Amino acid sequence: MKKSNMKKMKKKWSDYLWIVELCYLFLGLFNILFAWLGMLFFSIPLILALFGGSKVYCNRYCGRGQLFGLLGEKLKLSRNTPPPKFLRRPWFRYGFLTFFMIMFGLMLFSTYRVFTGAPLSQTVTLLWVFKLPWQWADVSFVSPWIGQFAFGFFGVMLTSTVLGLVTMVLFRPRSWCVYCPMGTMTQGICRLKNGKKAKEDGKTGEEDRRTFENAG
Amino acid sequence: MAMSRKIATIGKECVACGCCVRVCPKEALRIAWGISARVDPDKCVGCGKCAKVCPAAVIDLAERSAAAV
Repeated sequence: MKKSNMKKMKKKWSDYLWIVELCYLFLGLFNILFAWLGMLFFSIPLILALFGGSKVYCNRYCGRGQLFGLLGEKLKLSRNTPPPKFLRRPWFRYGFLTFFMIMFGLMLFSTYRVFTGAPLSQTVTLLWVFKLPWQWADVSFVSPWIGQFAFGFFGVMLTSTVLGLVTMVLFRPRSWCVYCPMGTMTQGICRLKNGKKAKEDGKTGEEDRRTFENAG
Repeated sequence: MAMSRKIATIGKECVACGCCVRVCPKEALRIAWGISARVDPDKCVGCGKCAKVCPAAVIDLAERSAAAV
């Protein structure tokens, strides 16, 4: 076997980050305060895009993407058909990002309300509509706003996981990556940061296509 | 070495997720500047593995023809 193929087959630590994603979801079920750890999944891609100018998080370290890949490819849970075209259109991706951020902002606002004295709501909202009772969670030993943020944030993470699972089953395993708000945001940051350099650097993917279309 | 007849081409709506990079047996793909995947025409053998996994379905196989850059 060629050396390069052997190198490809050897798994790296980053290939097991799907375990982190699974642990996160299970830990959140047992203790809602673990939801705070999800902030890492928000901040790391942004930091890498802002300071590194790359989508290396999506490309290598996204545990959620790996999990969908495993479920869809290894366990064959995916129909593996191309997703509808609208999913990849900029209007949909940026529209979904805007919607997601508005809902995230509303979640932050309800945290603020609890911080200023409103009662804690012990529910996890799934798909922005369904309020799941979460009475078994004990958050009495922390400030109510800390608990409220955990409930809200776990709802955000659970919602995106459910959407990702549905599109994983219906379309290709990692269809979530197409409209993932974090992916859209980091790609947008990279475009702003590197757009000029990318043009100077030479051909973009689209130019590759044109070259060969003209040739064919 | 003889060039393959086909080559992968990337559409402008690439989301730069990197799925194609992972499956390419020839390491012919990379994510450039966090914006889009790019194909190295010298390395691509047109096997189509990238097109099969692309979640956005923006990778096609095109005839390399005379234009092989």
